[in-house]
Amino acid sequence: MPVLCSRCAERRAMLKRPKTGHSLCKECFFWAFEEEVHQTIRWGPASGGKDSTVLAHVMKLLNERYSYGLELMLLSVDEGITGYRDDSLETVKRNQQQYELPLKVVSYEELYGWTMDAIVKQVGLKNNCTFCGVFRRQALDRGAIMLKVDKICTGHNADDVAETVLMNILRGDIARLRRCTAISTASEGEGVVPRCKPLKYAYEKEIVLYAYFKRLDYFSTECIYSPNAYRGYARNFLKDLESIRPSVIIDIIHSGENLSVREGVKMPVQGTCSRCGYISSQALCKSCVLLEGLNRGLPKLGIGKHHRLHNKILAQQPFTEKEESKLKPVEF
Amino acid sequence: MAAPITIHLEFGGGAELLFSGVKKHHMTLPSQSQPWDMKQLLVWIQQNLLKERPELFVQGDSVRPGILVLINDADWELLGELDYQLQDKDNIVFISTLHGG
Ligand SMILES: [Zn+2]
Ligand SMILES: [Zn+2]
Ligand SMILES: [Zn+2]
Repeated sequence: MPVLCSRCAERRAMLKRPKTGHSLCKECFFWAFEEEVHQTIRWGPASGGKDSTVLAHVMKLLNERYSYGLELMLLSVDEGITGYRDDSLETVKRNQQQYELPLKVVSYEELYGWTMDAIVKQVGLKNNCTFCGVFRRQALDRGAIMLKVDKICTGHNADDVAETVLMNILRGDIARLRRCTAISTASEGEGVVPRCKPLKYAYEKEIVLYAYFKRLDYFSTECIYSPNAYRGYARNFLKDLESIRPSVIIDIIHSGENLSVREGVKMPVQGTCSRCGYISSQALCKSCVLLEGLNRGLPKLGIGKHHRLHNKILAQQPFTEKEESKLKPVEF
Repeated sequence: MAAPITIHLEFGGGAELLFSGVKKHHMTLPSQSQPWDMKQLLVWIQQNLLKERPELFVQGDSVRPGILVLINDADWELLGELDYQLQDKDNIVFISTLHGG
């Protein structure tokens, strides 16, 4: 009674592909999955994403199968979360040995002088993910520049991209909506290393089963600090839709890819941060504003819109009492 | 009467956190008039093993979307999902894709 693989019709099917509905055996699934990633990349990425074991495994394999001639490296960010990151860094180190790739770890502490543990102590559990997200993005760029790589590959999969499209629609963020579906971004400016998402069309289900069938060593746990609730709702909503109609993930990505922005819609002008040189549409980049807020004990400085204060920060002028009172941490 | 059966249960990808962090469970299902199926197994798991936040594991009478189920290493979508009839020594794996990674 076992279902036969619809591709080779020889071996027993082991999974149903959400994207195509095909029933495949392990070998045909590995082949299909890897070939699709190959179709997605085609050209040269350079460094492995954070704890994306599957990405590192597939990139190494394809680099050999197709002689991309890439020099691959692993880049990992240590946010400074006791317990959580320790275990996952252990996994990254094991990956490094298994795949024989050089590993670079950059930490929030060395880059910003603040660990996530210390940030949460000051800002509480409400906006911590804003800090984490902004700092991570820049940390990857800084790490990549230290490694002198040309490209950063991240492990974002189809589910992540669909979720981001949905979030940007819900927030009305036209600029990000346009950028988030790109497989690869060109360098947006000084200090920003082009990104690519080789797993952009790979379903989470397939990534997890690929890792499971290949017995890849991977780490999974929740960030111990409260996750981004808004993203959580978007994710659950998508999972519910997917259970009724599996193609929804790819459909949403296609919608995002094919949206065109009417001429005359105001887009933020990208400039550079006057303090650190990172790309920014304001006088100061988000990361510098968040950091300034932490160092001044005014953590809400980087949350919400306080652009008018940027010039004061740059000129090192004190804030008025009224300005300060709005930015104080809430008592927890 | 169907005789009692022993099965092997495994939780991974973060789903084990709902089961006091224990990944592997060796279980004996009591004898009952009908053979055990996956639908009944999910009810049994909820009553006997699930320690916290059931809404993160079950939804309606199935698993929550985003939790993958493997029966003897094969995707349960190929095997009738809730209607699959359990055999003695079956190996059932639940992997959450809802946790970070
Ligand atoms: Zn096959
Ligand atoms: Zn977080
Ligand atoms: Zn800056």
